[in-house]
Formats: sequence, C-alpha cells, structure tokens
Amino acid sequence: MPDTLIKRLSGNTLLWPVLALVALIAVNLAVHPDFLSVRVQDGDLYGNVIDILRNAAPVLLIGLGMTLVIATRGIDLSVGAIAAIAGAVACVSITGSSHESALGTMLVACSLALATCVALGLWNGFLVAVLGIQPIIATLVLMTAGRGIAMLVTGGQITLVHNTHFEFLSSGFVLALPFAILLALALFGLTGILARRTALGMLIEAVGINPEASRLAGVRARTILWTVYAFSGLCAGLAGLMISANTSAADANNNGLWIELDAILAVVIGGTSLAGGRFSLTGTLIGALFIQTLKTTINVIGIPSEMNYLFKAIVVIAVCLLQSPKARALLTPRRRAHVVPKAVTA
Amino acid sequence: MTTANPLATTAGESVWDRVRSFRPPSRFVPVITTFALLVGMFGAGAVRYPGFSDPQVVLNLFVDNSFLIVLAVGMTFVILTGGIDLSVGSVVALSTVVAARTMEAGWPPLAACVLVLVIGSTLGLLMGLAIHYFDVQPFIATLAGLFFARGLCFLLAGRPLPIDNHAFSSFAEASITLPGGYYTTWAVVIALLVVAVAAWVLHRTRLGRTVYAIGGSETSALLMGLPVARVKVGVYVVSGLCSAVAGLLFGLYMLSGYSLHAVGMELDAIAAVVIGGTLLTGGRGLVVGSVLGVLVLGTIQTFISFDGTLSSWWTKISIGVLLLAFVVVQRMVTRRQT
Repeated sequence: MPDTLIKRLSGNTLLWPVLALVALIAVNLAVHPDFLSVRVQDGDLYGNVIDILRNAAPVLLIGLGMTLVIATRGIDLSVGAIAAIAGAVACVSITGSSHESALGTMLVACSLALATCVALGLWNGFLVAVLGIQPIIATLVLMTAGRGIAMLVTGGQITLVHNTHFEFLSSGFVLALPFAILLALALFGLTGILARRTALGMLIEAVGINPEASRLAGVRARTILWTVYAFSGLCAGLAGLMISANTSAADANNNGLWIELDAILAVVIGGTSLAGGRFSLTGTLIGALFIQTLKTTINVIGIPSEMNYLFKAIVVIAVCLLQSPKARALLTPRRRAHVVPKAVTA
Repeated sequence: MTTANPLATTAGESVWDRVRSFRPPSRFVPVITTFALLVGMFGAGAVRYPGFSDPQVVLNLFVDNSFLIVLAVGMTFVILTGGIDLSVGSVVALSTVVAARTMEAGWPPLAACVLVLVIGSTLGLLMGLAIHYFDVQPFIATLAGLFFARGLCFLLAGRPLPIDNHAFSSFAEASITLPGGYYTTWAVVIALLVVAVAAWVLHRTRLGRTVYAIGGSETSALLMGLPVARVKVGVYVVSGLCSAVAGLLFGLYMLSGYSLHAVGMELDAIAAVVIGGTLLTGGRGLVVGSVLGVLVLGTIQTFISFDGTLSSWWTKISIGVLLLAFVVVQRMVTRRQT
C-alpha cells in the first residue's frame, strides 16, 4: 500500500536530511555528469565521492560526540579548541622525540594527545555534572582558554612534523578506502551499538529529558554526563589528530577553527533536537556528509569558497524552520490537521 | 542573605555596628566584585610597572575597547532575557565592510552610517522573529546570523577595503583634549552615550522592566500581561543595533572594512558580560557590570603589553580562567539562594 509507505516515510525524521543530500548530489550531477565517478589508481579509490568521505571524517567524529552531549540537553563548544590541543600535543611530542619518523613515536604521541583530550572532556564534565554550570558557558571557558593552551604547548609556532605514520591518519588508504573515514565509521558503528543495543542510549535520553526525574528513577545522571563529555573530548582529539595530520603541522590558531559550529550544524541537520532527549546518530552521519558535500558543491559549481558561509546560513535557517512545529503548522494545509497530533505523540 | 534586614537595625546600635553589619544589596554584589578586581589589577600593575598608574592608561582602555563596550551592552540585553547572540562579531565585520563599500561609492558618511544601522537592526529583527515566533533556539538562530553576516561580508568584499573618506577619517583621528594634557576620542564618547542610554532604558522604562521580568520567568511575565513577544524580539534588535554601532566604532578604529575583522569578538563580548556579573540564565545583571567586564579584559591586555615578556596567548588563558572563576562563584551564590 503506497499510502502507508508515504506516511511511514514522511514520519521518518531522516527523510528531510536524506532528501537534501540527494538534492545536492543531483545539483552536482547536473553541472558535472561524472561527479560520482570513482577511478582506481594503484589499488586505491579516487574521486569526488572519496574526497567528500575523507574530508567529512573530522566533522563526523566531532558530531558523534556532540550528538550524545546534545542528547543530554548540553552542548560542547570547546571541541575546536580541544582538536587544536590534540594536534599541538601530538606534534610537539613527535618533534621532541629522538626517532622522529618511527611508528612507536607516533603511537606514543597520539596516545598522549588522546589522553589529554579525554582529561579535558572530563574537566567539562566536572563543570557541568558536579558544579552544575550551564553547558554553554562551562565549555565556553575551555573554548576561550583552549587555543591559548595549544599555543602554550607549541610555543606559538606552527610545529611541522615529518612522520609518514602520522600522515597516514589523514591520507592513508586501507582496503582501497581512506583510513580517516574508516576510522570515523568504525567509531560510529561502535557508538551506535553501545547506544542502541544497550540501555546507554535510553539513559542518555532520560537525562536529557529530565535530569532530576532520571536521578530519582535511579539513573546515575552524573556518571552519564561525565561519560558523554569525556567521549566528546576523545572524538574531538581524534578529529584534531586527523586535521593536523592532513597538513603535518600543528597550527594552534587555525586547526579546527569553527569546527564546533560545523559539528553542531551536522547534528541539527540530522534531526537531533537541541532541547535534548532524543538523538539520531545516523542523522549526524548524513548531516556531516551533507556539510562536506555542500563545501565540495560550491567548489565544483565554481562559486568562491568564501560563499560557503552564506549557503550554510541558508541551510541552518531552512532546517530550523522545517523542524519548528509552529512553522510546520503554518505550512501544513488544514485538511491534514488530523495527522499532526499523531506526529506529536510518536 | 546578603541583604541587611532593615527591621534588625535598632536605635541602640552604634555607628560602628551599622558599618560592620552593612551588606550591599545582593544585586550589586557581582558588580562590586568585578570593580574590586579591576582596582586590584590596576593596583598590582601600578606597583609592578612604572607608567601603569598614568590616567592616560585608563583612558586608553576606553579608546581601545570602545566597540567592545557597545557590543557588551547589546549582549547584556539579550542575556538578561536568557538568550544569547553569537552573530555580533560577524555583524561588526559586515558593518565595516558596508561602510567602506558605500563610502567608496561616494555616499556621504552619514548616509553610510544610517544604512549600517538599518542593516544591523534588520538582521537582529529577523533573528528575533525566528527565535520568538518559530521557537528556534537563540543559539542556533544567531549561529545562522553569524554565518549569514560573514557570508555577506565575503560577497561584498574579499579583500580589505580602506576607508579613506575625508570626513570619516578626520572624525576618527580627532582627539578630545581633557584637562591635564590627557586625551580621548569621539568613539569613547559615543560608547559612553550608548551605555548611559542603555542603563536608562533598563532601569527607568517599562521595556527594561519587562526585559528583567522575561529573564526571571517568561511564563510569569506572560501571565502578568507584559508584552513578551515585542520585548523578546526587541532585545535582538537592540543587540543588532549595538553591533552595528560597534561596527562603525571599529571602522573608526581600524579605518578599513574587512570580512575577517572581529573574528571571535562575540566570545569577548559574552565573556565581558559574564565577568560583569550578569547571570546567563537571565534576569539579573547590570549594564555597568558589562562595562567593567570589558575594562577587566582590556586591563589583562594592557598588563601583557606592559610586561613584554609574557606571550600573547596568556591573554586567552587568563580570560578563560577569569571566566571560570566568575561562573563558579555565580553558581555558588545562586545555589545558596535557592
């Protein structure tokens, strides 16, 4: 029955993000018919799609952490600064080592960077969960101070490293696919399993809907908050390593600049409500791909890349209006009004 | 708790008892704290560095931060209602670009300024409407504003544009000589004027009363029959207008329009408001506090430039640490009261 299919589809929150992504790809195909073509070179895949996948990895990673944070009715503004710190710590650790190009050096450096990022995430969690500070402002502290800390680590210099293993993080290939996106997707799958196949996702949503009620119901709200902020820190750290591996350099001022906004945008496009209480990891995946495709599209069509901001603004406005119940009520014709209460209870 | 109970003051008390038991009204405590911090920082600076105690240093604080003062004033209105405005930095950049472009095209400076003010308040109006009528979160709506204004900047000018209108630049370079050989600029006068008007509006008009009421509890304000919709949209218009004024002052300061001006200035404005003692949940705070907050940020920078051995990143770190200290103290105070 096509009628119920349409109803099921239109009730699905992923419908609009997917449609938007498809529309963008269609625009690209109209301009460049071979947009989707992928060629094989030395056993690895190359092409626009592969580029989009690889470049979307940092936003996807940060978006994952951000989704869980936002599901608890929080927000993490510090991820960009944490990404910069991760790059700074890793690069300084690599250049300070006696075997600069060794695999072991890179592994130690990355572990050190990730441990730092988890600690910073725990710090955010401490401010939010224990001191009860509003998440926006609690993470704003690290957002302001973080780049200063990253500069402190690098000594204000752009630290260059020469380590092929480190570069592999961003430009390496495994099984013909970019390593970056495989890593991001692996974390995505792991998070999905943890969130949806165990009770963790439900507990996170419970904290997001009403922290006090969930505490009374026996949910350890504090532990959940610590966990999501630490996870967000870890994701930001991984993304920061990728960004810094991409240029083989740690630039404390510009690495991960405004990536927190991109990540929040990806989460919002994916249908996760900023009011907390429900989240969609798949939505975030589509959101991250959408943002990266938008960037690529602007290049492909030949619009100056600075125009990116204008298009992003239009997307944010459109998505917000589509998600706003009041705007929907305005758009929905009267005769279909009986559908609305059903959608609310669903 | 921090307010003195007037009934407890009996006739038998000595003057010393009254002085000792004096507690300032609780709404002034955060501002007094910020002021004490500012005085303390200046005292430390004056002891450590020769020349720090020169009154011109204080005047320069205003000269170098006039635009930030105006931004913080607009942000105070928004934060008092419990909202936030991330777009202010981009609107500042847009204002400089629009001013540069129009004056390049031969517009008289006054007409250019009017256009800038209209654009700023229109952007604020649009964000306010989206926030109030479509229930878009302030954070997201103003994030869209941030991207939109920055995008418009790039559309209008990809490279820095000099503002070489004669009237505009002579106004920018004109200095007001004060008694004692000190000087200041007209931008400072404008900024202080904005502060005075804002303080008057917040404390002496119905609009101001409603702003505080909405921050206290929007539902209660609605039930009391206050014009919630008008005021909630209005604060974003005020913030947009203030950003445009700040943009013009920034244009006077830099004498150029550039799409990468004022990146991250919204964070400085928010930090100044928080350090000035305004609660981010809304309902409590004073414009004077935000001005003091800006001066604290400016003093940190002065400190670092006077020292010479401290690196520039210590500015960011110390702003973060101050922000943290103020937020934590605020949290403790509000927790005790509830």
